[in-house]
This record gives sequence, C-alpha cells and structure tokens, in this order.
Amino acid sequence: MQNILLNIDAGTIDWSRAQFALTAIYHWLFVPLTLGLALIMGIMETCYYRTKKRFWKDTAKFWQKLFGINFAMGVATGIILEFEFGTNWSNYSWFVGDIFGAPLAVEGILAFFMESTFVAVMFFGWNKVSRGFHLASTWLTGLGATISAWWILVANAWMQYPVGCEFNPDTMRNEMVSFFDVALSPFAVDKFCHTVISSWIIGAVFTVAVSCWYLMKRREQKLAVESIKIGAVVGLIAALGAAATGHKSAQSVGEVQPMKLAAMEALYHGGTDQGLTAVAWVNPCEQPDFLNESEAPLKIEIPYALSFMATNDIHGYVPGINDILNGYTRPDGTQEPSVDEKIERGKQAIATLAEYRKAKKEGADEATLATQLSLLKDNMKYFGYGYIKDKSEVVPNIPINFWAFRIMVGLGCLFILYFAIMLLLVFDIPFLSVLTRRLLATVGLLTETEADSSNITGLPNWHYWVPIVLLPLAYIASESGWLVAEFGRQPWTIQDMLPTWVAVSDLQSSSVIITFFLFLILFTTMLAVEINILLKQIKKGPQS
Amino acid sequence: MTYTFLQQYWWFIVSLLGALLVFLLFVQGANSCMRSLGWTEEGKRLVINSTGRKWEFTFTTLVTFGGAFFASFPLFYSTSFGGAYWLWMIILFTFVLQAVSYEFQNKIGNFLGPRTFQFFLTLNGIMGPLLLGGAVATFFEGSNFLIEKNNMIDPESLVNGQWSSVVISSWANASHGLDALLNPWVLVFGFAVVFLARTLGILYVINNVNDEDIRSRGSVRLLGAAVPFLVLFVAYLVRLILKDGYAVDPVTGVIVMEPMKYLNNLLTMWPVLLVLLVGVVLVLFGIGKTLVSKTYYSGIWPAGIGTVLTVLALLLTAGWNNTAYYPSTADLQSSLTLANSCSSEFTLRTMFYVSFLVPFVLAYIVYCWYKIDAKKIDKAEIQNDDHAY
Repeated sequence: MQNILLNIDAGTIDWSRAQFALTAIYHWLFVPLTLGLALIMGIMETCYYRTKKRFWKDTAKFWQKLFGINFAMGVATGIILEFEFGTNWSNYSWFVGDIFGAPLAVEGILAFFMESTFVAVMFFGWNKVSRGFHLASTWLTGLGATISAWWILVANAWMQYPVGCEFNPDTMRNEMVSFFDVALSPFAVDKFCHTVISSWIIGAVFTVAVSCWYLMKRREQKLAVESIKIGAVVGLIAALGAAATGHKSAQSVGEVQPMKLAAMEALYHGGTDQGLTAVAWVNPCEQPDFLNESEAPLKIEIPYALSFMATNDIHGYVPGINDILNGYTRPDGTQEPSVDEKIERGKQAIATLAEYRKAKKEGADEATLATQLSLLKDNMKYFGYGYIKDKSEVVPNIPINFWAFRIMVGLGCLFILYFAIMLLLVFDIPFLSVLTRRLLATVGLLTETEADSSNITGLPNWHYWVPIVLLPLAYIASESGWLVAEFGRQPWTIQDMLPTWVAVSDLQSSSVIITFFLFLILFTTMLAVEINILLKQIKKGPQS
Repeated sequence: MTYTFLQQYWWFIVSLLGALLVFLLFVQGANSCMRSLGWTEEGKRLVINSTGRKWEFTFTTLVTFGGAFFASFPLFYSTSFGGAYWLWMIILFTFVLQAVSYEFQNKIGNFLGPRTFQFFLTLNGIMGPLLLGGAVATFFEGSNFLIEKNNMIDPESLVNGQWSSVVISSWANASHGLDALLNPWVLVFGFAVVFLARTLGILYVINNVNDEDIRSRGSVRLLGAAVPFLVLFVAYLVRLILKDGYAVDPVTGVIVMEPMKYLNNLLTMWPVLLVLLVGVVLVLFGIGKTLVSKTYYSGIWPAGIGTVLTVLALLLTAGWNNTAYYPSTADLQSSLTLANSCSSEFTLRTMFYVSFLVPFVLAYIVYCWYKIDAKKIDKAEIQNDDHAY
C-alpha cells in the first residue's frame, strides 16, 4: 500500500496536473449554474412573453441578474483552460492537436460568439429590442452555452475514447481521418447528455434554495413559489435524466475504459454476475493492496447490479483490476493482452518508429520502410504503454474514484427524492400530492395542519433550510462526477496513447508552482467576491 | 483545393482573427484612459458601460484566435504557448481580471471596492495590448526556441525517465518568453499597439457615448494617443521593410535569412501592399477627421476598418510568400512555416467548410451590435438601467 499524499511528485508534471485540475474545478463551479439558470430564466421569460405580465418580466430579470454575476467568472476561468493545453501540455498539443484543436475552434466560432453576442442583448436590450427578439436572445445565450458544452465535451470524450484518427509517423502525431467519428462519438453523446442534464440540477437547486430563503424571510412570496414550481419540474426531470444518462455513461466506461470502472468499484477481481458495491471500506488516503486483497473490506453489494450497470445484462462479465493487469478473455472469446505485454509492444512501437524515422532520413529503400511501417502498425495500438515502466502505473487512484462515484450517485438519488417531494408539494396533483403530505405527516415532517394545506408558504423554517443545505451538496456531486471522469483516466491524458508525463511542456516546476498559487489566490478571491455579491443581490431582491 | 492552398487559407483566417482582435482592443484602449476620459465618477461609469457592452467580443475573439491557431497550426500552439509560458500567462492573467471587473465593480457586496476593479481594467488596458503586440512582433523578430520531434522517442530519455527531455518544443533560455521584452523593437511594436488601442478606444467612446464633456475631452486625448502611435508605428514599419527576414525554400523546407524579405513580400504580393496602404490611409482619415471636425463622431469606423486591413496585411506578410512566420533565433531550422506547423490536409479541409459559418456569425454580431448601439449611451440610460455596471 502506498500513501497517496506522499506519492505526489513535486515536479512539473504533477504541478501541471494540479494547475489544470484547479482551473477545471473552479471553472466547473460556474458553468453548471450558467447552464441550469439559462434554462430556468428562459422558461420564466417565455412565461412573460406569453402572458405579458409584469410579474414574469421582473422574475426573469431577477434571475438574469444572478446569472450575470455567475457568468463572468465562468468566462474568466474558461479562457485559462483553453490556453493551458498549450502552456502546460505542449507535447499533447502537437501529438493530438490535429484532432483536438478542431472542436475548440468550432466551439469558439459557433458557441462563444453566440453567447457573447446575445448575452449583451439579454442584459442591455430590454428597452432596445422587441419582446420576441429579447426572448430569442435569452434562449440563444443558453443555447450558446450548451453548444459550447457540446464541443468541449467532444474534445474531452475524445481524450477518454480516441476515435477517428490515425498516427502519422512522418509528422509524429495523430491525425484526424473522420470528423464525424470525433464529433458524434457515442462516448461524447453520453458525456454531453449526462453533464448538461446534471447541470440543470444545480440550476434547479439554486433556484429552489434562493426561493426558499425568501419564504423563510416571508418576502417575495409570489416570486418564490412560482420559481420553486419551475425549479422543481426542471430539477426532477434533470435528476431522473441524470440517472438514465449516468447509466448509459457507465456502460460506455465499462466498454472503453474498464480500468476506470474497476477503480470506481474497487473491483480487484472481476467475473460474471457482479454485484455493485453499496458500501465498503476503502481508505481515502491509501491506494489499496489490490494485488493481494480479494476485495475491499466490509463490502456490502447489490447483487448483479454492477453487471447490469456495465453490460445491461445481470450475468454480464466485468473485469477487475487484476484481470486487466494480467489479461483476460472477453465474453466473445477474444483475449485482452496483459499490461506487461502491452508495455513490451508499446516499447517495440516506439523503437520501430525511431528506426523508421532514422531510416527515412538516411534515404532507405521503400521495402525497408514498408516493413517498419507494418511492424509499427501492428503495435501502434499500445504506443502509450511504451512509456510505462511498471504495470501498477496504469491503475488509477482507487480511493478517489471509489468515493467520488458513490458521492455522485448517492447525492443524485437524494435529488430525485427531494425534487419529487417538492413537486408534489407545490403542485396540487390529484391523489399523489395528498398522499405525499399524509406520508410526510406520518413520519413527522409536517404537522396535521400543514398536511391539510396545499400552501408551501408559512412552513417551519427548517423546511426552507433543506434546499439551502442541498446547494453545496449539488456542487459536490457535480465536481465528484468530474473527479471520476478525470482521475479514472489516469495515467493517460489520452487513453492508451499518451501518459501525462509525456504530454507536458518543458517548464521548470517553479514556474508552474508560481502560476498555480497565483491562480489559486485569484480564483479564490474572486469566488469570495462573487458569493458575497450574489448573497447581497439575493438579499436586495428583485425590487432593486 | 491543394494542401498548400488550405495552409494559405488558414493563415488568412488566423490573420483576420488577429486583425479583428487588434481592432477590438479598443475596449482595452478606452479602459486604459477611463480616468482622463471620464474625469468624474459619472463620466468613468459612462466609459466603463460603453466598453462593458463590447468586452465579450474582444474576449471571445481572443479565445477563437487561440482555438483557430490550435486547430490549424498546432505546432505554433505547442511551441509558443508551452515555450513563452510567462508571456502568455501574464496576458491571460490580465484578461481574467478584466472579465470579472465589469460585473463586480459597482455591485453591492464587492468588498474589494470599485477602484480595485477599475485598476484591473486599466492594468488589462495597458498590459493586454502591450503583450499581445509584443507577441505579434515576435512573428518578425523571432523567438528563442528549439524543436526536435524525435525527442518523444529518444531511447535515452525513455530509459532514464527524463521526461523533460521528451518534450518536442523547448525554450532555449530560462525566461520563458519574457526575453522578448528585452528586444527594443518588440517593445516599439508593443507600445504602438498600446497607443493604437487607446486611439481606437477614444474614437469608440466618442461615437458610442452621447456626452459633450467626454466627447470634447476625447478630441484632446486623441491627439495624445495618436501621435505616439504614429511615431512608433512608422518607426517599426521602416524597420520591418529594411530588416532581413526568414525565407523558406518551398521544396526543401530549408530556412535562410533573406535581405529585406518583408519588403520583397509586399512588392511580390502587391494586393497585400495595397491593403496595407488603404488600411493606413483609413486609420489616418478616422483620426484626422475626428480631430478637425467637432461634429464628426464616426472616426472609429474608418480607423477600425483601417486597423483590420493594416494588421491583416502585416500578418499575411509574416506568413505568406514562403516566409517562416514564427522564426527561431536559437536554431534557424526550428522556425515555424505554414507547411511544417500546420494540421493535416483532412483537418484543414474540414475546418475550411466550418469557416463558411463565419459570415453568418459576423452577420448576427453586426445586427445585434446595431440594435444595441442604435441609441447612444447617456447618463440617463445608466441611471435607469438596473444592469448598468
């Protein structure tokens, strides 16, 4: 067993990883709220457009004001992410830039300009454009943010599951051969649906939390109740959608990143009829001894659930960490080589590539070059393994994956429950609403008087505290999802193709350490300012 | 459509984005002189609200410029961003500060105070154009980097685990890009861009803000920005046409120094020279007419279009006609040319089709800009707009 904290390398590689992680984590504090609020304020402005009621205009403007405060930080942190691919991952930028750069460029042309143009109309155009044009601008702002998410998730999905490309030994890089394979990769579709839909949960929790604060303070009650109605509908649809798309995402991971799935489950030895671990003791600070332990201690599992989650078949085969390290036979009878074999073949690929380039430079004959190219092609699939020194290096951080996955799924289930109850409380749905109130009264969460009323104003304050407490949990769930996605991919920047330590820039670690702390101080200060401004703005209310 | 055509086409697109970015630096330029232009707190708010409705265009163009460079010339992205680390990081840092400054500065709850964010806007207003201008100047002056693609498969590095040795692009000194600022000609060009941005910023505010005090102050400040700009720009232009340039043999890819290469480029590509001259005339016209006429407020348009044309022509001169657009002063043969640094033919062709969307994007930007700016900003609007900065 090795202590994870003691195992962190103080060199350029881990500092570059830390800087990228810092930026991405901060960026993801702002983006989901942008995506979620865009949908909610779009619905509110549509209500205004249809009813022409001043109330809906004021409501939409209030949420747009909060949207604007958050939006600026998302923009600010986003620019760093794009340029960090070049500044900190120089080799990566050349090795796969032919494929990776295209989605970023399309994102800029299609999404960023749409966002930046129409957000200005949304904020400053109320008295300058027609109601219809303004409504279109509000929706286009959200659409721009969503298209932006599409392209950056296409790029991220490609790093998890590289498709539509071929290695060119003459240029020493991977080159795109099918744009549609990259842009419409099933992995990207799953990732996009899961990420964007789960972002709506944050928008919904935020809306309900702010609204409940008003109810607690007995003010802005109409705005609060109507906002809760919209938030509850969006939240329940999103929470259910996140569960469904999460299942699909897990299947994709099982197919193309079995090691990530095994780490998420702390599954040391796999097989058929695998149960999903509900609880187990995995020390958060230490990489477990997966080579010698049969399974994580104190494990309680849901029978067959992992096989179903990964393969849609309760008897499906799921490989464990040791199966992947030592090689295994797939259900279709084909053999997955051991990691040691992959390392050997990767080294052979690198050596052959070096020989090919030398021979070509020296003017070798076509037959010699063709032989070398053929050998290279045979082993190219395992090129990245040539940089691996020991097979244990391909096992990602198990504790982080294990716990982050459970936090995400657990909180996701909690949100389904919460929004279902909230929906039934704010809408008078025949039978179901009464049943819910009675059930809550039975378990003591509502008094008899409260249960007889369909009014959610005037409840005891603790009811209103619930979504306020859930709000940070929604962020934790969302960030946990990214921790699973990115830690589970380690050590690869691009799955099986390029480990992190070959993707870096030639920088002194001191440079990266300085910029890391500069960004840490900057982002933290700005986050504090933003939260303070948001709180004051909420306190001020829509009558500002 | 040949591979060479696609390379030239994408250099044109990147150059156009770069030219639009320099024009849009009017946001930074106006922010850099908001105090002298606005004078009072109310005046400063007018200037900030005027640029605040356009800052996202500048920001987005910078991001798209980076994305387009990444997609079309990834070796530049890899070499310049990874090598000139500090130069780019400082640029990014100031743009991050700018991005939050508008929204945060006058909101209740801003415990750093409005002056902090106004300082950030001024800082970005000076450092942004200076460093971006400096970065553009390195296209002519060269940078201190080395490229060796075989590093990634160097057996010694792999055996020893010396991972820094596997990096393809490396900077040949420890300053990581700040060394560019030691070259006086890089500074001349950088400060020319600072004063150009300031000139454009003043012209923009004169056009966009309906306030007599600001307009009259703008006319005075315009002279103070335009004169140093013209002196620095003309000095660099003379230097450029007289200096040796980095020529590349299109067949062998070998790079050699060629006397007065950039003058040769302009004379060989005479339409580019024409674009440059038209651009310069338009900039001079925009500045000159605003200075002499008290009722002419539209100088930003001829000066802005002129800026786009001038910068476009300069960037085309840097890359077209068999020229190494990102020369290496450490190793001539490491210099980047369109051919040795571009994406594959497939990617360039795919992105060629994507670029057809650009006119559509420009059309809705122009339309929205027109709608928002149809009524000029005045004090009454700022007081009544609950989203005003």
